[in-house]
Amino acid sequence: MNTRDDAVLEARDVTIRYGEQAAVKNVNLSIYEKKITAIIGPSGCGKSTLLRSLNRMNDFIEHVTQDGEILYRNTNLYGEGVDPVEVRLHMGMVFQRPNPFPKSIFRNVAWGPTINGLPGDINLRVERALKQAALWNEVKDRLNDSALNLSGGQQQRLCIARALAMEPEVILMDEPCSALDPVSTSRIEDLLFELKQNYTIVIVTHNMQQASRVSDYTAFMENGSLIEYGDTDQVFTRPKQKRTEDYVTGRFG
Amino acid sequence: MNTMTLLTTSKYRWGEAILRQLFFLCALISVLTTVIVIGILAVETSSFFQQVSITDFLFGTEWRPMLEPKAYGILPLLGGTMLIVVGSSIVALPVGLACAVYLSEYASDRARNIIKPVLEVLAGIPTVVYGYFAISFVTPGLRFVFDDVQIFNAASAAIVVGIMVLPMVASLCDDALRSVPLSLREGAYSVGATSYEVTARVVVPAALSGIFAAFVLAVSRAIGETMAVTLAAGATPNLTLNPLESIQTMTAYIVQVSLGDTPSGGLAYKTLFAVASVLFTITLVMNLLANKVMRKYQEVYE
Amino acid sequence: MKTSPSSNGESLGHRSASLRRRHLIAALFKALCIGFTLFAVSVLGLLIAQVGADGLPWLDTQFLNNFPSRFPEKAGIKSALYGTLWVVSLTALIALPMGVLAAIYLEDYAPASRLTRVIEINIANLAGVPSIVYGILGLAIFVRFFGLERSVLAGAMTMSLLILPVIIISSKEAIRAVPSSIRLAAYAVGATQWQVVRSHVLPAAIPGILTGVILALSRAIGETAPLIMIGALTYVAFTPEGPMDEFTALPIQIFNWASRPQAEFHELAAAGIIVLLVVLLTMNALAVFIRYKGTQK
Repeated sequence: MNTRDDAVLEARDVTIRYGEQAAVKNVNLSIYEKKITAIIGPSGCGKSTLLRSLNRMNDFIEHVTQDGEILYRNTNLYGEGVDPVEVRLHMGMVFQRPNPFPKSIFRNVAWGPTINGLPGDINLRVERALKQAALWNEVKDRLNDSALNLSGGQQQRLCIARALAMEPEVILMDEPCSALDPVSTSRIEDLLFELKQNYTIVIVTHNMQQASRVSDYTAFMENGSLIEYGDTDQVFTRPKQKRTEDYVTGRFG
Repeated sequence: MNTMTLLTTSKYRWGEAILRQLFFLCALISVLTTVIVIGILAVETSSFFQQVSITDFLFGTEWRPMLEPKAYGILPLLGGTMLIVVGSSIVALPVGLACAVYLSEYASDRARNIIKPVLEVLAGIPTVVYGYFAISFVTPGLRFVFDDVQIFNAASAAIVVGIMVLPMVASLCDDALRSVPLSLREGAYSVGATSYEVTARVVVPAALSGIFAAFVLAVSRAIGETMAVTLAAGATPNLTLNPLESIQTMTAYIVQVSLGDTPSGGLAYKTLFAVASVLFTITLVMNLLANKVMRKYQEVYE
Repeated sequence: MKTSPSSNGESLGHRSASLRRRHLIAALFKALCIGFTLFAVSVLGLLIAQVGADGLPWLDTQFLNNFPSRFPEKAGIKSALYGTLWVVSLTALIALPMGVLAAIYLEDYAPASRLTRVIEINIANLAGVPSIVYGILGLAIFVRFFGLERSVLAGAMTMSLLILPVIIISSKEAIRAVPSSIRLAAYAVGATQWQVVRSHVLPAAIPGILTGVILALSRAIGETAPLIMIGALTYVAFTPEGPMDEFTALPIQIFNWASRPQAEFHELAAAGIIVLLVVLLTMNALAVFIRYKGTQK
């Protein structure tokens, strides 16, 4: 697809290697504003690695090298003078397993904005984030309880609130429902539609029903390469590539 | 059951049962050791207390068991031990924790593979060697820097005891920090934290119970440390806060008595057990506490 | 370019002053950790340099072959070296079977009972009891009660009790590392518990057990206080011929020399330390070698 002017993020010829092994190969991909983009593909296809390159989370892994550019509104995230801390202020992230800090519910959400000195009243900010994450009603009376006492689904929504409290532009989600039960999963899927009003979302998932339900665009990856990228409808119903078709239909049986 | 003859021969069963009992006895020896230690200390200490009152012993500020007028207040020995504990903690706790933070949060695999063995070697060096290091290197160094340093002094012993327990602190804190899941660090980085904020405000607090246990064990070891303090800190039961003076610790006193020809059965001989009882009780309580905390935090992340 | 909903305003590449300050703190903190680590590592170098500088000139065959003497130039560590070898060998004979059998019991036989828990907690705590307390135990039980006097045997028994918890803990870990599928497979073909342990668990666990035992024995080699307590600090100008003989040991001889005021004796102590460290490093190398061999299989 050609670059459109509503692209928030653009990966240009991105290759990511663990040592000698290339996990992502020459990927070109645009992420559009206030849309949900799903990245699907078999385990080990490089979809999580690609996602983590969008907020420079691969920086912490030893022996990882990256070629190509990732442009965020025309600034290369890996360009000289770009601070990874600053990058992450613009790109929030939600992880595969809920990973709340062993602190109170309030502190979990307030911590990021506090250390970064974000403006405004912190109580309001926490409340807003918890409401957006559809968690406020369940926790408003026990904000000082430990986050570890919440259920798995609640913890994951807390982690979403933690990301939202930073008011990022993009939210990166790495299989956010893989550790959750079906009820919690559908709550989070509902939440995604709400969040789309204000945020650009990239979601990595191995669950194709989920991808087809929630996303506007779908990227299919295999062995580190981007095989196909397009409207979710088109990718799932009229895939252009044989391999996409095999994968999409194979899974549906 | 009638069919049992088919399924087993009694000979087998006997052999197995005897072996089982033998293994059990070996395991029981450890309990026996504890019981005997406590028994000996209790018997000899109570016979000591028939001649010296407990209050004089626990709250007396003079320790003079061999010279007239005799006095049996353990406070000078306790004070000497505490001076070593405080001094060694100042060295071992911050440096050990910093080493652990470096190893678990910053070091590359290569650096780790070099530093871990060095710390293991440091941990394996006998305490008498540290004692030698104190008198041949640290004490001359202190006397070079400060004016009124006595030839035997608490500071020198405390520094080497600190160096001695440092590898243990580093290794236990490293274990505690590494038991904090990686996902917690990633969560912290994802909201725009710097490496310092991730470490100091998320990882270290999450590992706090393990770090606490490491500190308690380190202090307990410093209390029980014997050879370095005997060689470097002197043999002057001296209730002082000045680390540049000569002192005596509980352990050093025990060595002093056993070096001399103290007749068995006399009061001076019994002081050995009274002091050892105090030493044993303090270290036992601290070890119990540390092991309990440690078991707890291991449960949390398993 | 469209406006971003992000409240964080500024575009990338223009770090705010506060962010620069936070990065500075992070860098300083990292530097501090590295500095402290380098300090710890350099202490080892310093210690070795000090010992080497003092002791190497005294280290010759005469030093290894002579007995202790009032005259520094004639003094040697023969009796201490032999004493150490005697004590460690006897300690290994006593503590190794007891420790390994206790570990087997706790891992493969012990019921999940209160007594088992007491034993486990007790062992963990014994490992932290100051060594001098073991010395008092040895003095009261082996030297006085059993009348073993200041013999090699009394020293070895005291040392055995001292390192028993260490051996049990490390052997337990080695035994636990043997996958339970091996045990189940052996039981499935009709083996008794002892047969399973002897033919399957122990062979697999032996490298780990030996590594732990060697490290425990090297601790025994360096321990000084318990031997002083049982009265081994005497002038011994002969090598022990049997377990009931009097003895001295390397760390005791080092302590003896180090506690004298004359500089020559301090240098002798350093020479003794070199011998002691060589013995210890050899044992450690052996342990590393066994561990390496074990992981290769």
